[in-house]
Formats: sequence, C-alpha cells, structure tokens
Amino acid sequence: MDHLDKLEAQSIYVLREAYKKLGKLGMLWSIGKDSTVMLWLAQKAFYGHCPFPLIHVDTKHKIPAMIEYRDKLAKELDLNLIVDTNEEAIKNGMGPHEGRLKCCKALKTDGLNKVVKNHEFEGLILGIRRDEEGSRSKERVFSERSSDSTWDYANQPPELWDQFKTDFKKGNHIRVHPILHWDEIDIWEYIKRENIPIIDLYFSKEGKRYRSLGCAPCTTPIDSEASTLDEIIEELKNTEETERSGRAQDQEDAHAMEKLRKEGYM
Amino acid sequence: MNRDSLNIVVVGHVDHGKSTLIGRLLFDTDSLPKGAIEKVKRISKEKGKGFEYAYLLDAFEEEQKQGITIDTTRLQFKTDKRDYVIIDAPGHKEFLKNMVSGAASAEAAILMVDANEGIQEQSKRHGYILSLLGIKKVYVAVNKMDLVDYSEEKYEEIKRDFNKFLNTLGVYPLNYIPVSAINGENIATKSDKTPWYDGESILESIDSLEKAKGVEEKPLRFPIQDIYKFDHRRIIAGRIESGSLSVGDEIVILPSNKTTRVKTIENWVEKDKKDTVYAGMSVGITVEDEFFYSRGDVISHKDNIPVVTDTFKGNLFWLGKNDLVKNKKYKLKLATLEIECEIAKIDRVIDASTLETIEDAERVQKNDVSEITIKTKSPIALDEFQDIESTGRFVIVDDLDVSGGGIITKASSFEVEKKFQSIDGEVYPVRERLVTYEDREERLGTKAKVIWITGKVGCGKRQIAVNLEKELFDQGKCVYYLDYDQVVKNEDSSNGINTVTNIAKILKEAGNIVIVTSNYLLSEEREYIKSELGRDYFTEVYVEASESVCEERIPGGCTEDLNERSNEPFISLYIDDAKFDAVEKAKSLLSVIL
Repeated sequence: MDHLDKLEAQSIYVLREAYKKLGKLGMLWSIGKDSTVMLWLAQKAFYGHCPFPLIHVDTKHKIPAMIEYRDKLAKELDLNLIVDTNEEAIKNGMGPHEGRLKCCKALKTDGLNKVVKNHEFEGLILGIRRDEEGSRSKERVFSERSSDSTWDYANQPPELWDQFKTDFKKGNHIRVHPILHWDEIDIWEYIKRENIPIIDLYFSKEGKRYRSLGCAPCTTPIDSEASTLDEIIEELKNTEETERSGRAQDQEDAHAMEKLRKEGYM
Repeated sequence: MNRDSLNIVVVGHVDHGKSTLIGRLLFDTDSLPKGAIEKVKRISKEKGKGFEYAYLLDAFEEEQKQGITIDTTRLQFKTDKRDYVIIDAPGHKEFLKNMVSGAASAEAAILMVDANEGIQEQSKRHGYILSLLGIKKVYVAVNKMDLVDYSEEKYEEIKRDFNKFLNTLGVYPLNYIPVSAINGENIATKSDKTPWYDGESILESIDSLEKAKGVEEKPLRFPIQDIYKFDHRRIIAGRIESGSLSVGDEIVILPSNKTTRVKTIENWVEKDKKDTVYAGMSVGITVEDEFFYSRGDVISHKDNIPVVTDTFKGNLFWLGKNDLVKNKKYKLKLATLEIECEIAKIDRVIDASTLETIEDAERVQKNDVSEITIKTKSPIALDEFQDIESTGRFVIVDDLDVSGGGIITKASSFEVEKKFQSIDGEVYPVRERLVTYEDREERLGTKAKVIWITGKVGCGKRQIAVNLEKELFDQGKCVYYLDYDQVVKNEDSSNGINTVTNIAKILKEAGNIVIVTSNYLLSEEREYIKSELGRDYFTEVYVEASESVCEERIPGGCTEDLNERSNEPFISLYIDDAKFDAVEKAKSLLSVIL
C-alpha cells in the first residue's frame, strides 16, 4: 500500500465507524477540494452510495460559481442536500463590515449550530485537516460537542487504536474528521489519482487562482500560473505560503481560529 | 510519490524541552511555512519573552500562557529519506491521557530527559507507557546539555540510571543522544560541542530506523465492522488488521466457528478491483453462505484462528476520572467488538514511577498501571498482543469515555476445557452431563424441538399456536408455547431474538416441543436461531393472510410484512377467512411436525 492507499483506507474506516456508531448523521459539504474528496471517499466506503445527507451552510456571501457548481453536482449525483442559512442574521445585515470574526460566528458557526439543532444530528462529518492551522492540529477524529456546540479542548478523552468516542450524552453531538491526517498535497495527489471532478476556481486564470475557498469578501485568490493538477502539486511543493493565507478571518488576531473553533466553528 | 512515512512521538517530563526539540527539527529541515517564524516572533514579543521554538507548536492561547502543551500536536517534516509525522505529547501529569493518545499512533519515540534536572516522575511513567503501547524503537534525548557544559559524566550518569529503570520494563533504548534543542546541537547534524559522543544526531538516528514489516504475513484477522445491504449485495465491511484474504478462501467466523468461502471482494470504481486484499486495507466482501454474523466477529483462516475465550489477562493503564473497581461492570472495546465485561481480578497495581506494586488490589487509580484479569459476558475472539497487535489490545469505557487501554498478555482458550465463572468470581470447569437428549426423548415420549410460527399482525398465528399446544398436549407430548411479544418488552429486536432464542433453547433442552410466535424473522435472525438450536431442531411455519383478513381480525393493527423468506424449506399456511377454524389448522400441522 502506498501513502495515498493508507490515507484512503483510514478515512474509509472512520466514515464506516461514524455510519455504524452514530445515529442521525450528516456530512458538511463546502464545495471545496477537501469536502469533495470526502464525498468521494464516502462513495468508496459505501460502494457508490452516500447514506447520509450533505449539509451546506450557505452564508449568502459565497463565490457565485460555488453555488452553481454545488447545485449541478447535487443533481448529477442525486445527493440528499440540506442547504441552510442563518436568515435572521442576513436580514439584520450581517456581513464582514460588522467585523470578520463576528460575521464568521453569525453566518458560519451559528448557522451550523442551527442546522445541527434543527435536524437533531448526532454526528457531523467535517473535512478539516490537522495541517491547516494550529487549533485543528489538536483535534480528535471523533470530537464531542456540547448541545451549544462548544469544544472543551482541554478535556478531550484519549483516542487510541482507532477506538473512538461513540458514547456520549443525549443532546451532544460528535464531530467526525475522516481526513484529519491528510495534508494539502495529499488532497491534490489523490484528486489526480482518482480523477475526481473539482470546481475550476482552483485552477489559474489570468495569473490568479484560489487555494482555499470561502466567502467572496474574505477570500482572495493567490498569484499563480498553476492551471493543471500537476502544476498545482508542483507549486505546493515549493511554496512557503500557508494554505489559508488568502482567508482574511484567520489573520484577524493571533488566536482567531482557536476562538472561533471553541464556539463550534468548522 | 510513494515516499515512506513514519510517525514519531516525543515524550518526557514537563519542561524537558519536547516542543522546543520539535520546533528546532522543523526549523532545521526547512519545514516551517512562511510567516510561522514571524508569527512566533510576534507572539513572543506580545508576551514579553524571547524567541520560543515551542510556540511554533503550542497553538493554543492557553498553552502559550502557561508554557505547557495541553494536547498533542502533529506536524510534518521531510528529510531526504522519508516523510515524518511528529507528535508532540504533553508532559504534564494532568494531560497523560493526551500523551497516551499521541503515543498510541506512533511507531517510534523520542523520550526527552533534562540533563540538569535528571530523571523525573513523568520520564519514568512515559517510559512505562511506551512499553505498554508496545513501542520498541525508543531514543532517549538527553536535553539541555548546554546547561551542564556538555558534560560527558552527566550524560553517562543519566544513561546508566535510566537504563536501569527502563530495562526492568523491557524497554531497551536504541541510543542516548546528548542534545541542546534550543541551540540545535546534535539535532540535524553532529555537534562539535560533544566530541566524546560518537553516535548520530537526532535526525540521522531517526532516518536510520527501519519500518516494521510483516503484518501482511501474519495470520488473517478481519474484524467485521458493519454489514451493508444498500442493494442486492450483502457486503461484510471492515479493515484487514493482519494477513491477507483472497477470493475463494475458506474462512472461519469467530466466535461462532462457522465456515464459508469468500465469494467476491467488492469495489466501487473499476480500478480498485482486487482478488487479494492485505492488512491495512478497508474492504468489503461477500460470502457464499448466509448465516448469522455481526459487527465484532472476527474472520480468519481455518489453520490459524484467534483464541476464543471469556477470560484473559492484560496490562492496563488507567486514565479515568473514577477509579477502576474490581467486580464492577464496564464496556470493553476490542477491534470492532463492544461487550460488557467485569474486572474479575486486579492482580497487581504498579506505581509507574517507583515500580512499587500492590498485589490483589481492589481498585486502580488514575494514571496507574495494573495487571488485571477480565471476564467478558460471553466468549470473544482475541489474540495475545505479542502475536497480533490489533486484536491483542483493548480499551475500557467508563462513564461514556474511553478511560483505560491495555494489551492482552495471556489469553486462555475455552476450547481446551469448558469453564464458567460463577457470581463469586471463581472459575469452574463445566461438568459433562449424564442425562442425554435421547434419554429424555425416551422417558418423555417427545422429540424435543422448536416450532417457530411467523406472520404479520392479525394473521391468526397465536390462535393457531394455542390450539397446536392443546393438540400436542392432548396427545401426551411435553409442550410449551412462548409468545415473542410477551417475553420481550420494549427491548430492541436484536436483543429480543437473543432472549427468546435462549429461553426456547433451555425449554427444548429440558425435553419440550416449544412453540414460538413472532411477527416476522429476518434472515440474520433465522440463521442465529438455527445456529443456537441446531438446524435439525428448528421448524418454521409461515402464516399468510390477506390484508382484509388481518384488518377484520385486528382492526387498525395491520402492519407491513417484514418477514424475509427463508431459502430453506418451511411450512406455509394460508388463511383466507377471518373466521377460520384454528383447531383444524392446528391439526393439519400435526402430521408435518411430528
């Protein structure tokens, strides 16, 4: 088994554990490269089926091409897709002008927490990776959240030998992270190997491409000539820039992500 | 592509420089993203401190405030030889559970000891836990050599003392490396500050490690993770933990000891099609015979099966909020199996830092290590850790959390001698019975068996059952009628089948014809019942009635027919009139049953 085979086998194991051990389950799907890889892994794990709904927390500030792509793929693959928006915050004019962290909290964190509550999810599958940024590197594969979605990171139970947290209080939910152990280059090498269709915002047009996708006002494309998978992989092998350097909310303060994630941010 | 990768955990007492070592390794291998150094400079300055390599790792604000690592952090770096995932484990006693989580996924370890402070409590405890986790590739980094003027004498002293401790635990470090993490001495390359040291630097040392091989060559262990019926296929899903499996292989499913053959190895995309699968792969297979099996069962080859037992001995480290208590019931997780267990005996409790022991204890406290005897509710398939790691280790769940982990040191096989454990915890052999089935048959004039009548609500099965009981009784037979819904109340149906089957089995063994009624049987359940009772002692009667008949008999009670038809012969009764003659129907059954 090569490196990608091992990553894939572990992710499939995690997805299958989640499906078997957690009650009502949903998978967060952001249209980006990571969650698209995760959808592929789910289809492998369940032999062409995706036995749980996908959830998209739409902030209404997303790059329009993402929404188009989302609807197209959902139709093609006949996916059970839940799209949810924190309408109330939108109605009250929430946007990055109110402060980026405040906006993220209202439209993404609160939006997500609302979906979990409304649909009574016991398990939520998310495509975060340890190498993305510091606070994510501390995550467990199965991570319990209280009913208000807060993360008690200082009190996480041990996780060893793939014996995950599957016993928890009613009303709490488990965040499941099947690709926690992958890094950015792994994702691209896997997309290439498996020939996974991916949104074209990642490929360079007129000297710019998106390396990480988010809301339009807070996501800037990077300077890049990489317009093929091989070129992207080559570019990443030689870059010193961090993956989320184009994501404005991370730069708000030294501990922005940690603070967001404690409250339930993805 | 296809580069080798290795997980290394860095452990040791708090403040002995684990995070600094890793920060330095990342720095020396150019593995830091742009901006990381600037970010750490900024944070160090904000907090009024000098440059701290540890801040590269300790991402959490709280960790930086206290200057200790709370949770494990994973970072990656590359050398020319391979990729590394390096795990920074907390050294503070309070966060031992996080240290264990980090170390459990590692193949090799660097144990840090401060040359100035010497061997401390957590140095020893971490050393012990490495041995319990079965991590054999251990380097000891004697850190902060700059504070002791790179003294060879100090280095030798630590090496001697620590070896004495570790060797008693069966841990034999590959080498002791004198380093100064903060100054980068003996980290990436050999330092000229330690001319008396003729070994390799940290980076050279880990590059020289060879990865463990051979888990594919070990006996097959394929624990069932789940069973899928998304379409016409019935797929057994799981991960091959050791060995390999091919299409056509004869396999045994344990603990039930049933044999069948591998029909197919499934795949979604064509390029994943395989005829043989190996350890580490998450796969799905179909088998030729359908009988009862479920998550937690272990598939193996016939010539090398795991031990099946309900008692075993293990070494356990306990991390729970509450003490581990003798004779208390806990949930045991072993590979994909979950089962209730009881701590039958706490043979020894070991203080991991002093190695003092208490024999035959009543409880184990948090952060202590112990040798225990565990008794599971029913026999399970397992291995000794030294033979097969993945089916030779277990965790114990207490109060909803994984609270301890251990390895199996002694697995006794119940196949050698049948034993049972009584309520007082003593184990007795099962005595051979002197009254046989045939003896009972002759005395009672009854061929004991189970007649299982199914059919949806309103079809008349209970009416038939009570009349059948009466007819058999009048003929002088020993007979008893058992209704599923009267025996099983508000329990989930999988347990319900177990309960009813168990009672039916005991009544049958006592010499009775047992009549059971239930609304339906799933194929799995039917196979389970047959395997428990023995195929020859099971007869199925399926009562069919139209919806209008059911509705007339039990208004509003009509349900969907969930019965999965048996592919072996069964008796079929058709009810076409709501006011049918149940006596006549019962009589019609007599000739086929007796």
